[in-house]
Amino acid sequence: MKLRLIRRDSASRLAMFTAPVLALVLTCVASLVLFSALGKDAGAALHALLLKPFLSWYSFSEVLLKMAPLLLIAQGLAIGFRANVFNIGAEGQFIVGALCASALPVYFPDGNFPMMLPAMIAFGALGGTVYALIAAALRTRFGASEILVTLMMALIAVQILNYLLLGPWKDPRGFNFPQTVMFPDNAMLPILFDGTRTNISLIFSLLASVFAYLMMQHHFRGYQLRTAGLAPRAALYAGFSAPRMVWLGLGLGGLAAGIAGASEVAGPLGQLQRSVTSGYGYAAIIVAYVGGLNPLGIIASSFLISVIYIGGDSATVSAGLPVAAVEVFQGLLLFFYLLTFTLIRFRIEIDRKVTA
Amino acid sequence: MSQPALLRLAKVSKRYGSVQANHEIDLEVHSGSIHAVLGENGAGKSTLMKLIYGVEQPDAGKIHWNGQEVHFARPSDAQSLGIGMVFQHFSLFETLSVVQNVSLMVPGKPAELAQKITDLGDQFGLSVDPHAMVHRLSVGERQRVEIIRCLLLNPKLLILDEPTSVLPPQSVRRLFETLRKLQADGMAILFISHKLDEIRELCETASVLRGGEVTGRVDPREHDARSLAQLMIGREMPNVAHAAPRPPGEERLRLNALSHPRASRFGTTLEDIDLKLRSGEIVGIAGISGNGQQELAALISGETRAQEPGMIEIMGKKVGQLGPMARRKLGFAFVPEERLGRGAVPEMSLADNSLLTAHSRSMLSRGFIRRSVERAFTRECIDAFDVRTPGPDAEAGAMSGGNLQKFILGREIMLSPDLMLVSQPTWGVDIGAATAIRRRLLDMRDQGCAILVISEEMDELFEMCSKLHVLHKGQLSAALDAADTTPQEIGRYMIGAVT
Ligand SMILES: Nc1ncnc2c1ncn2[C@@H]1O[C@H](COP(=O)(O)OP(=O)(O)OP(=O)(O)O)[C@@H](O)[C@H]1O
Ligand SMILES: [Mg+2]
Repeated sequence: MKLRLIRRDSASRLAMFTAPVLALVLTCVASLVLFSALGKDAGAALHALLLKPFLSWYSFSEVLLKMAPLLLIAQGLAIGFRANVFNIGAEGQFIVGALCASALPVYFPDGNFPMMLPAMIAFGALGGTVYALIAAALRTRFGASEILVTLMMALIAVQILNYLLLGPWKDPRGFNFPQTVMFPDNAMLPILFDGTRTNISLIFSLLASVFAYLMMQHHFRGYQLRTAGLAPRAALYAGFSAPRMVWLGLGLGGLAAGIAGASEVAGPLGQLQRSVTSGYGYAAIIVAYVGGLNPLGIIASSFLISVIYIGGDSATVSAGLPVAAVEVFQGLLLFFYLLTFTLIRFRIEIDRKVTA
Repeated sequence: MSQPALLRLAKVSKRYGSVQANHEIDLEVHSGSIHAVLGENGAGKSTLMKLIYGVEQPDAGKIHWNGQEVHFARPSDAQSLGIGMVFQHFSLFETLSVVQNVSLMVPGKPAELAQKITDLGDQFGLSVDPHAMVHRLSVGERQRVEIIRCLLLNPKLLILDEPTSVLPPQSVRRLFETLRKLQADGMAILFISHKLDEIRELCETASVLRGGEVTGRVDPREHDARSLAQLMIGREMPNVAHAAPRPPGEERLRLNALSHPRASRFGTTLEDIDLKLRSGEIVGIAGISGNGQQELAALISGETRAQEPGMIEIMGKKVGQLGPMARRKLGFAFVPEERLGRGAVPEMSLADNSLLTAHSRSMLSRGFIRRSVERAFTRECIDAFDVRTPGPDAEAGAMSGGNLQKFILGREIMLSPDLMLVSQPTWGVDIGAATAIRRRLLDMRDQGCAILVISEEMDELFEMCSKLHVLHKGQLSAALDAADTTPQEIGRYMIGAVT
């Protein structure tokens, strides 16, 4: 007996909405079993994972804080992905963005630099872009795979970060911790809601979403990118320059990641430290694909993934769940989401014997 | 006939959205016979074949195989009973080699398969290098691979959806010999073609489809091409008489000793090609596909850059190293031989496919797409070129082959170019539409457009062109005056007997 997937002619509207709900229910059932087997209070764990993020304004604001970088990076990456330009190393561009932005407060710790914050964001944007464009140059000149190049450059970025934090940029009064000085106030992003850590980088992300939506769905440039992804030979026939698609796809991805990196140090961290490599760049790849590479879908998926991150944090604290169990939960949710999503688009068929 | 039919369809119907592609179709095919299916573009021929092969399932009706009812949920069901099909649009993986593609369907070790491919190719005149990468192959060569792959499975029923529209005449001869041999061995063959002479030569029975219904069952040998066409389109064929061309005007395209090395082992090196094309004339390039046609077209369109700017001149400008968009700005338009994936993006709507090359027709405002203009253009194209489709939102990939060709040709003509390159203008187009397309091209010529036609169809070239060249092994013959030459002479050039 064999199973196979057959594409459905049209996905029903109803299914589009029931699928996420179904995914959630399945995840809950599976994790109830799992958490009970671990001898934990499964009800409390689920409460912490799924409801806590919504129960207090503060935890909800933490969801928004997480969502900002994920959304921003994912929008940038999705543009490239639509054109078959696979920037896998947004993490590296994120780190370089953070590094470049940190240079200013590190060298001007008293904050006497004109337009400190805008300059930091600009530095971060530039750094992330240039770092990604190295891969574009290697791909268009020598045909080097951007998948490998961006990935390896992410590893290099981590080493540059380590070098700076252990050497020249280490806070002289920081008890030898690998971190820079705390940034002055004028190097910090304004807080969006009082009493929370959510800052205006969320607005950057939403603006980026609008930009991505307009460009990909309504602008000729986005059309060219989509054509290059769907039918490279048609793009060649029409005369859309393939190298330009690579430059654009990587450049925009790097730009978004760079700004996100700058916002991270000028936001929740307030200094450059090792924990800036928290994996946003990799998680954003998942966000982009779960959102179907669609600018609107990515807004939803970045929210979903942020909720399960924040819920996971609170579950380890309040329900005493081991981190691994939280990760399993997050994995299950993604798994069931993709499963139900697949079943919307495809139906399963079982090979039966043909008569005659 | 005493023995039961190998395949019998009873009142089979299939609907796509608002389109009734097949309606209550009855069909019988017997072992050892070649049965033709003919009909206009969009009549439902390919759909019917897909139902038989299990790619699609009928909404209603029954399929009987050797007298027993069968349901095919997928092609492998049909294959397991001995049905093989060669699709109109190719189903090869471009990133794999020929033998790798074959091994996806045919069991066996790669080395053995490669040998079988070579043997079968030699035997039937369908030779192709088993180790060539598919994306390097011309459309005609891909067609050969598809046919070989199918024959390797030894089917009892072979479905050929327009196998000859992309094969050169010599290969068609060999293919027909092959099919007759297979027929003699008891194979049943379903054969689709728009070339009515081929059908009259090869088939003893034919079903005529019109608008998704069977409108007639005939013995094609008892009808001439004209009356078959009439059965197909349901009315008298228009007679074409076109005014003689006026003397041509200024030069629009010039190739100066254009040479270009082949991109791969399987490509063709172009050597020293000279050509002149002037406004108000149609010049044809005859020759068997795979002799450099693809390479030459890509060089003229700008998809491949020439080595020297001066090797190609458009409107008197040296454009050898300009890209396609820059050349289009000079008034150039191009219809490529591959429709899906090159001339059109299959996953996009027709409206979005208009944008591909017609964006300069005020479809953009500050780079933003003006959907209303895009749709209006598309609708006009659909109407003016008789494209049978539900509308501008239909996906290009869901169009019947001939209708997509009409759309792409229409889109390029609507750009009112001064210079146009058309590769295989009527591949897969029914004869009514083919006549209309040729008439369009002649009208364009009369309005002063310079047109270069690359085609394998001799009749078509003689009907339209005032001058002919022949491309053979990457070399272009001198210009021959169409009035002073004969198809026989061109044929000798095509096989390299004269240069
Ligand atoms: N997947 C699909 N979705 C929607 N409509 C379709 C699809 N496939 C075919 N059609 C429609 O069904 C009709 C019949 O198409 P079909 O491909 O069978 O025509 P055909 O006789 O093979 O034409 P041609 O000679 O041009 O190849 C057309 O109107 C076509 O647009
Ligand atoms: Mg067809």
